[in-house]
Amino acid sequence: MLSRTAACLYWLGRYIERADFTARLVEATVRLDALSAQPAGEVAWMSALLVTDADAAFMATGDTLTPQNVSRFLTLSADHPGSIIHCLDRARDNARSVRTALTREAWSAINRAWLIFHGRASPGGTQATLNLVDQTKAEVRSFEGAVHRMMRNQASGFIRLGQALERADNTARLLDVKYHILLPEGEYVGGTMDRDQWTTILQTVSAVTAYRWLYSEGLTPSRVTELLVLRRELPLSIAGAAEEVVEMLSALGKRTGLQGEADRMARARLGKLGATKVSDVIGGGLHEFLEDFIVENAELNGAIARQFKFV
Amino acid sequence: MARPKAFDEIWGSGAGREARPGFAPISRWMDETPSAELQRRQQAAEAAFRQLGITFAVYGEEDAAERIIPFDIVPRMFTRSEWSKLSAGLVQRVQALNAFLDDVYGERRILAEGIIPPELILCNPQFRPEAAGAKPPHGIYSHICGIDLVRTGPGDFWVLEDNARTPSGVSYMLENREAMIRLCPELFRMFRVAAVDSYPDRLLATMRSVAPRGMAADPVCVILTPGRFNSAYYEHSFLADNLGIELVEAADLVVDDDIVWMRTITGRVKVDVIYRRIDDDFLDPLVFRPDSMLGVPGLMAAYRAGNVTLVNAPGTGIADDKAIYSYMPEIVRFYSGGEALLPNVETFRCREPQVLKYVLDNLAELVVKLVDGSGGYGMLVGPTASKAEIEAFRAALIAEPHRYIAQPTLALSTVPTLTESGVAPRHVDFRPFVLTGANGVDIVPGGLTRVALKEGSLVVNSSQGGGTKDSFVLLDEGAPD
Repeated sequence: MLSRTAACLYWLGRYIERADFTARLVEATVRLDALSAQPAGEVAWMSALLVTDADAAFMATGDTLTPQNVSRFLTLSADHPGSIIHCLDRARDNARSVRTALTREAWSAINRAWLIFHGRASPGGTQATLNLVDQTKAEVRSFEGAVHRMMRNQASGFIRLGQALERADNTARLLDVKYHILLPEGEYVGGTMDRDQWTTILQTVSAVTAYRWLYSEGLTPSRVTELLVLRRELPLSIAGAAEEVVEMLSALGKRTGLQGEADRMARARLGKLGATKVSDVIGGGLHEFLEDFIVENAELNGAIARQFKFV
Repeated sequence: MARPKAFDEIWGSGAGREARPGFAPISRWMDETPSAELQRRQQAAEAAFRQLGITFAVYGEEDAAERIIPFDIVPRMFTRSEWSKLSAGLVQRVQALNAFLDDVYGERRILAEGIIPPELILCNPQFRPEAAGAKPPHGIYSHICGIDLVRTGPGDFWVLEDNARTPSGVSYMLENREAMIRLCPELFRMFRVAAVDSYPDRLLATMRSVAPRGMAADPVCVILTPGRFNSAYYEHSFLADNLGIELVEAADLVVDDDIVWMRTITGRVKVDVIYRRIDDDFLDPLVFRPDSMLGVPGLMAAYRAGNVTLVNAPGTGIADDKAIYSYMPEIVRFYSGGEALLPNVETFRCREPQVLKYVLDNLAELVVKLVDGSGGYGMLVGPTASKAEIEAFRAALIAEPHRYIAQPTLALSTVPTLTESGVAPRHVDFRPFVLTGANGVDIVPGGLTRVALKEGSLVVNSSQGGGTKDSFVLLDEGAPD
């Protein structure tokens, strides 16, 4: 396989995952905004911006912080690299340059997702926004289905590796911002606002039901943290994503004969997560833990690029 | 303006809509299928094309990356005998084109014998001195030729132009057929239609047959694309996909010691045959355009050393130059020893002063073309042009007569086409794809039919509002009434 093709597939996976994450984030924020006892309004939408590292970029647009403006920014902004349309643009660009490595089904799914957004100026009202989000998620699922039906060769391996690595990053960012910044003055840990926020996090990663299955007791920050950081059963948890990275790397290693630094780093990371307890995470500071993880994830990204000669 | 009614390929030359012999069933099919149903099928085809991303770009348009070429649901048909006559003419012409290329980059007999003025070759920007003497395997330069044909009567086919460089459109031949089989299966029960889906296999066989001699038994073939922003990128990826070979960009290739390698995740892999879909100018910055960021440095050296085959070879543009075109009857006679089976359209070379005068006096009746233009740009269609357009061309002709040729306006044949007001005749042309490999010339029974969707228009180019049709080659003389 051409090095460029491998790199495009990997980034295709990362951008698709990021588009999916941003779609979920918008959905969750709409919910949080609507369900809070006191309208969360600005706080909810500000948090959505912080999660995607987009607060400064949004401020730079000069728009006021309203649900409409932020959701337009996160879905349709041509300038914001994390917006859904931008991610889908990049995903489609990468897919176009490796059309031959994709099946028609996989390509069509990406193209359909892109066509949903292409040429739209505004996400519309809340209902329309949720509709957009639903369509995006459906097309991403359809893409994943198509990838699973592709030949079990390097191509699907690189896509899924990119997706898993991106997912690990996204979940870490989500947790990090919620944990530190969200509670406004006057709200207390365990209060209504706090619970809403944790529920929202679970919702963003489709884990509300999983939580109920795994924990009989009510919602607590430490259990949510455990679920999203350490429980491998959950595909969107950090450990779940880290495990998938290891699996994909070893599958690629088997097919290409290429194993090395990236495999070692990914296995070491997964081993460390396995030996970690949630009390260690919270005791040492969740924020510090997540920040370290995000940096480590980026280093792993670099090792992958070297191992497969992306550049 | 009123012109005599053109020959219609289904309905013939008569005033009514009487089907020509063998074509009664399709004529009935058009009458009996409601327009709304035809529209629905056509839209279904176009929706599928859009979803597959079968798009092309129009240069100079902002959001152009995402247009599809309109598809017309009514096929065009050739009977078996029409096709075999055409094929013989195409084989002869393409063999002559390759013999001509081998000659002008080799011995130059045709110049020595005074058939063509030497300056027309040697001073032509399409002539590549860098390619002279390179002797590609089997002396084949143009492995893939697209010959543009037009028709004016039942047996009257003319070559409008030769495309010996990197002709595009073959993906439409294949995709249009896929759409027709899905949307109008009844037509394939009515007529016995020759299949076109062997084209990818035949193309790959052609490429493998011209691999450098003495190379591996299993030559590595690739397609070289300028990248996803190129207007024909869909076709490049489509072909790579269907041939099962890598689609590479210049940056994926590296030349070391006159050997071409591609960079893969597991290291370098040697490349033997490159079907390049980039222009000569951008092949190798060391030889052609030093300012080009595209291209593979050292590629021409590897080619000249005989370590890689380029499909088509560099320098084939000299064979499809419109100034050379006017000499094709002489070229065919010179190399084949016989008269051309497919005639040229009469061509006036404006570089010759008395001819220029004739052209200037008759601009309103002629089609004038830039010798190095393509895609319908730089073209005047006298009978449909405004006074201002004609005067603009007059000035351009006087300023640079050598850059233009002129041809009489042909009464191009029409084929019934679905329009907003039902099925009506529209003008068409035809591009068959002719492969030349070590084992000779191979033509898949089909091609690309382009149709001018505007009533009366003669410009079929997709960049100028043309569409495409499927082209049926029948295995017999048609179907009984």
